[in-house]
Amino acid sequence: MAIAQFLLRRLGLAIITLFLLSVIIFVAAQLLPGDVGRAILGPFADQRAVDQLNEELGTDRSIFVQYGDWIGGVVTGDLGESYAFRRPVEELLWPALRASAKLALLAFVIVVPIGIVGGVAAALKEGRFRDRFISIGGLSATAIPEFVWAVLMIMIFGLWLDILPVTAQAPRGAGFFTQVEYLLLPALCLVFVLFGYIARMARAGTIEALDADYTRTAVLKGLPRRTVIRRHVLRNSLLPTIAVVATQVGYLFGGLVAIEFIFNYNGIGQLIYRAALQQDFPLLLSATLVIGVVYLVATLVADLLYSLLNPRIRLASSES
Amino acid sequence: MSAATVPALELDDLGVAYTVRGIDRPVLRGVTLSIGEGESYGLVGESGCGKSTAAFALMRYLPRNGKITGGTIRIAGQELMGLSEDGVRKLRATQVSMVYQNPGAALNPSLRIGEQVAEVSRLLGASATSAGERAEEMLRRVQISDPARVMRRYPHQLSGGMQQRVVIGMALAKDPTLLILDEPTTGLDATVEAEVLDLIATLRTEFGTSVLFISHNLAVIAKMCERVGILYAGRLVEEGPTRTLFDDPRHPYTVGLLRCIPKGGLRKDQHRLDTIPGFLPQLGVELPGCVFTDRCGLAREICHEHEPELHPLGGGHASRCHFHEEAQTLPRTTPPHVAAPQRESNGVPVVRAEHMAKTFRQEGHDVRALDDLSIEIRPGETLGLVGESGSGKTTFARLLLGLTEPDQGSVVELEGHPLAPRIAKRSADDVRALQIVFQNPDAALNRRFSVRRIINRALTKLVGTKGSARDTRLRELAHSVRFDVRLLGARPAQLSGGLKQRVAIARAFAGDPRVVVCDEPTSALDVSVQAAILNLLADLQRDKGVTYLFISHDLGVVRYLSDRIAVLYLGRLMEVGAAETVFNAPHHPYTEALLSAVPTVEGEERPRIRLEGEIPSAADPPSGCVFHTRCPRYLGAICEEQEPPLAEVERGHFMRCHIPVDELRRLQAEAPPPRARQPESKTTS
Repeated sequence: MAIAQFLLRRLGLAIITLFLLSVIIFVAAQLLPGDVGRAILGPFADQRAVDQLNEELGTDRSIFVQYGDWIGGVVTGDLGESYAFRRPVEELLWPALRASAKLALLAFVIVVPIGIVGGVAAALKEGRFRDRFISIGGLSATAIPEFVWAVLMIMIFGLWLDILPVTAQAPRGAGFFTQVEYLLLPALCLVFVLFGYIARMARAGTIEALDADYTRTAVLKGLPRRTVIRRHVLRNSLLPTIAVVATQVGYLFGGLVAIEFIFNYNGIGQLIYRAALQQDFPLLLSATLVIGVVYLVATLVADLLYSLLNPRIRLASSES
Repeated sequence: MSAATVPALELDDLGVAYTVRGIDRPVLRGVTLSIGEGESYGLVGESGCGKSTAAFALMRYLPRNGKITGGTIRIAGQELMGLSEDGVRKLRATQVSMVYQNPGAALNPSLRIGEQVAEVSRLLGASATSAGERAEEMLRRVQISDPARVMRRYPHQLSGGMQQRVVIGMALAKDPTLLILDEPTTGLDATVEAEVLDLIATLRTEFGTSVLFISHNLAVIAKMCERVGILYAGRLVEEGPTRTLFDDPRHPYTVGLLRCIPKGGLRKDQHRLDTIPGFLPQLGVELPGCVFTDRCGLAREICHEHEPELHPLGGGHASRCHFHEEAQTLPRTTPPHVAAPQRESNGVPVVRAEHMAKTFRQEGHDVRALDDLSIEIRPGETLGLVGESGSGKTTFARLLLGLTEPDQGSVVELEGHPLAPRIAKRSADDVRALQIVFQNPDAALNRRFSVRRIINRALTKLVGTKGSARDTRLRELAHSVRFDVRLLGARPAQLSGGLKQRVAIARAFAGDPRVVVCDEPTSALDVSVQAAILNLLADLQRDKGVTYLFISHDLGVVRYLSDRIAVLYLGRLMEVGAAETVFNAPHHPYTEALLSAVPTVEGEERPRIRLEGEIPSAADPPSGCVFHTRCPRYLGAICEEQEPPLAEVERGHFMRCHIPVDELRRLQAEAPPPRARQPESKTTS
């Protein structure tokens, strides 16, 4: 019952958040210079043709009408038609989302275990060389933006060593491993950015658990160190880390724009970038909204995971 | 087998040091002691004197900067020094166990109780099933009534007393040679403490385990131990059989410690407590002479120059004092006599609460934290408030202070005029008139402010004094709480616990309050510091005519300081009356049980009345008399059906019980009731 109530409340909040998000994007998009027709037809097109196109697309109407039109469609499940591609937004959106999900998933699968293991390894040697190395290294890697990593990666692995493709888009019909090979460089860039963050969380949680009285109890029971760490320390220290990791899924999707652009990958980031350039409102708005949804779902999953894994929350009201 | 002759623990000249900023600072200085098989040995001393360090050294579990600098440790004849890591692990798995304070933190929050207890047997090679069975058996032996169910619970689902039982069960599951108990009952309610101590005593004989019992509480040690060692600044200064040592102490430190305790019947208006002047020497200072010299009223030249030997006094009693024969003539630091207090009694109570109630909403349930409490507090008196946790003591204090809003219909008056329910709505005068001193000065004082700023703030906010007038007031206040004005620039973290509490008291007194709520003000302090604070509170009351509402779980302290005592149970007032009346029969069966739970230094064997089971939930209080489910003098159906009224049984003595007072008097003069009604099944050997 408590869970259902919790979910309902979160759903309500999510709807409000998404609505506000759509308003902000819409307003921001209106602030872009130029008009839609001009953006599509180019600087040398005849003004009459531009006007005609604007009329055809409905972009000559007031922004309130445009927004109402669009949001009305979204509510009924119709995301509208892309101005630039003249195709339903859905047809463009879902393949791009799928492509981005592949990239994000690969990055995630690599960074989570490495981040957690790195953080725990650092915590176990707190203050020693290994800790310094992992902590400072992780922090530095995080501090460098992903597009800088992208350029570095391309130079090292793509041009210099020439062992990995410099674009992310695998040829049509490529098998699983080929796809992974193509996605590896962009995924690594994301890994570098996220590693420091996850490792820091895992390290802090582990240090706290190592210091806790219950860990002392476990040690004084005479348990081997491995058992103490595995059963008593990690179980408590990784709880907050898992929650943080789940939240990062949202960040991953948001952070794809630069990476997808540099690696020329047809994901949602690239789609948003193009839509913004061409003032393709229906596409831009819908794509951004989708990222918003991913973000919200990720946060919700994080919270649910945390309360499911933590008996103190899970069983809070089952006192006998 | 000659095992009987091997002591469970032998320390020989054990030295431990902590490395701080590259320098070794000794914490234990050549401690030698031995605990025989099945013996219970108490280690006493104030915080910082090395008790816990000794325990952790035995477990070979010192912090990273700690090291054993010399001497030997032998457990069951086995030498610990030079033991490999694996050897240490085996030792912990089979020979020594440790139980410490705060059982809630000692249990892993995300593992079920069963798994945590079973782990011990699993380690010794038992299969999962048999380890589970053994765990269940162990929980039964620590008198947990439904072990199978408790096995499936998580620690946070158990009460503090239950948690400590689990920890003790876990410690004994390996049937260790030596059990180290480090303040195992500190922080628990008196009734729970008594049960846990009883349990330890029972199990000790059952298992034949030797015990090293570490505590700052001399009464607990007196109850639990056959022999005692007094530790001061890392030195064992006196050692001997418990009774001998407490009756005939031969070291000035022991003498001082014993004088600090408000012992049975001592009262603030007849007797000031003695204190121990000064502070424990800093960690790692050179102490060429006797470690206690700086604080000793008997110290002479030789004490500064030569460390005394441990002088044997016969019968296993020994003292490390050059003048052990004179120890008991130690001059008092405070004169014992008290100027008679002038008590004005013009009839108007300073606080009058009527039909005071507080209901909290909790997950759809109404929880009555306080139920229809009517009480008067007279000017210049101390009203002691006692009861187990959850009895409503703190709620009452919060309602009085306006921190929590009482239910509709509650009346609170201050000197005849009604008080607004919330502090935000109260006049500046009312706010100034009602102040509080908390248990933990660390949490109550802003750590980023200097003492001067903390007190000045109170002066400005409460009284509105500024400039040089405020400066004068600040000095007066500091002087009245005996706080050295040279320390006014210090921050709380730089002060000792006792000094911090003095600052908190000065803050409360900044606006010349009428009533000060003291919520466990000395519970976090050592006995010598506690004595000084109690003296201070008594002095301030005598000088300023202030009224105290004194909340404490330490009944000795409450009795010493209180003029009247109110006993709360599940938010209801069960008994109220003059302190001595409440402490002596006839009293409410609940009061009787509370009192019988408290161990005393005198070691007089008071018959223990055991309160069975846990305090019921305030969300679903028992019918009739709320105490009937645990009452040792339960009468019959009437107790379950009718709530007894709070009746005046003697002049000024009110009680909520169906048993007629004369009957109670007769019953309580006799032997205690046989074990109360038993809702639990117990296994005793």
